[in-house]
Amino acid sequence: MRPFEYQKPESKESAIEMAGNTTMYISGGTNQVDLMKKHIHEPDKLVDLTAALSQEISIAENEIRIGAMVNNTTLAENENIKAEFPMLSKAILKGASPQIRNMASTGGNLLQRTRCPYFYDITMPCNKRNPGSGCGALNGFNRMSAVIGYSNECIATHPSDMCIALVALDAKVEILNTAGETEMIEFKDFHRLPGEKPEIDNNLPEGAIITAIEIPKNSFNTNFEYLKIRDRESYAFALVSVAAALDMSGNTIKDIRLASGGVAHKPWRWYKAETFLKDKEATEDNFKQAAEIAVADIKTLEHNKFKAPMLKGAIQQALQNCLSNI
Amino acid sequence: MKTNHSYSRRFFIKSSSAFAALAFIPLSVKSFFNEVKEKYFVKKQKIPLSVSINKKEYQLDVDTRTTLLDLLRENIGLTGSKKGCDHGQCGACTVHIDGERNLSCLTLAVMLPGKEITTIEGLADGDKLHPMQEAFIENDGFQCGYCTPGQIMSAVACVKEGHTGSVEEIKEYMSGNLCRCAAYNGITKSIQQVAT
Repeated sequence: MRPFEYQKPESKESAIEMAGNTTMYISGGTNQVDLMKKHIHEPDKLVDLTAALSQEISIAENEIRIGAMVNNTTLAENENIKAEFPMLSKAILKGASPQIRNMASTGGNLLQRTRCPYFYDITMPCNKRNPGSGCGALNGFNRMSAVIGYSNECIATHPSDMCIALVALDAKVEILNTAGETEMIEFKDFHRLPGEKPEIDNNLPEGAIITAIEIPKNSFNTNFEYLKIRDRESYAFALVSVAAALDMSGNTIKDIRLASGGVAHKPWRWYKAETFLKDKEATEDNFKQAAEIAVADIKTLEHNKFKAPMLKGAIQQALQNCLSNI
Repeated sequence: MKTNHSYSRRFFIKSSSAFAALAFIPLSVKSFFNEVKEKYFVKKQKIPLSVSINKKEYQLDVDTRTTLLDLLRENIGLTGSKKGCDHGQCGACTVHIDGERNLSCLTLAVMLPGKEITTIEGLADGDKLHPMQEAFIENDGFQCGYCTPGQIMSAVACVKEGHTGSVEEIKEYMSGNLCRCAAYNGITKSIQQVAT
């Protein structure tokens, strides 16, 4: 690791004052320390946010607010979260290992790098790590890579499970920018697609801090599923994952949410398939058609062609599983 | 005809004078490099840290880059916690921080003031082994033993957290600890034995 100066502010206001071009923040450290060891992140100064940010989960009339420093285990096991947003709880518990979930913070989960093995291997070209050096994965070993929303510059996927549930639940990200102003960013707009600038994972302004996540209350806590398909049964990134939730009235789908991980540079929502299913009957045939609509938009690469049938099946299965939760 | 092994007089004079010239450079180059270093590179920073490890208080000066794992192994001499991958993927470095299982290889020591750390060395009560240690011996919960300290620390936490309802649940909640000898069945049995 490259030497760095360490500071631990007591408040978020003093934390943003410490921000600078060569400063980085740390909370749980599960991704940051790893990247620093690999010399992929080389901050001159590390600002420790553990004392500056909230560890509270607070319930308001219309939403639940999660402090950025709440760790993943606490969030997944919180009684209110399990009651209101059980899909979020399920998604978190499908991610990482118990040790990592104990350490990783809510804010940090959003800010873990969108990545692929070529990003981590510093002997390989990678536009995300070293802009302009090329994408090693594009014509390389791209089995885990994206199938939608990618560019020739970068085909990496966002690895979070928690974020897939959050995008499906229409969460909002509360941030504090360096001017000291609080802003709310829609979760679906928080992460970005690689385009010409794959070195930037998200739309968080320079030096700003995530202070909380807000989830509006909804009726998706009965018919939901988070289905994750991976190389081994536990502690592996998703090949594809599907967050699905239905708001049912009889056998009619009043409202629906459908999102996927392992497919794009950001947590991906299947809006077209959602529109198709809205106000329709919850039947096997409709679910199949919705899955076909989603998969029609993807474009697989040399080694991840298997993701097309896998994704189609996973979407169909996840929607079906929503009904068996009744 | 010249062979590759013979050198001309001219070559000798040219090369030896070049080496002689080199001898005068270092001082100026060195000072230049120092200037660059001072200006562009951050110096190592050491920070005082007071922390409790296995119920013993330590007052230390730590480099900001030191991980808890390196602090334990290199600075304090507690080599029970193992360095497997050093990137949070294998679980061999698992320790308890304030009673919760954590990966010491991804924890910066400077972030730990006031915390209580328990390592595999702090588990036994004198000569009396912790029940989980006994169970691992009884059930062949290991072969080579390298992952064992991490497995046991994780297993103790797994029981405390109450994730021992079924073999499947135990396996899910122990998935952060890899064992290349594949002693998984013995590990699962040990945890079941302690949990009941």
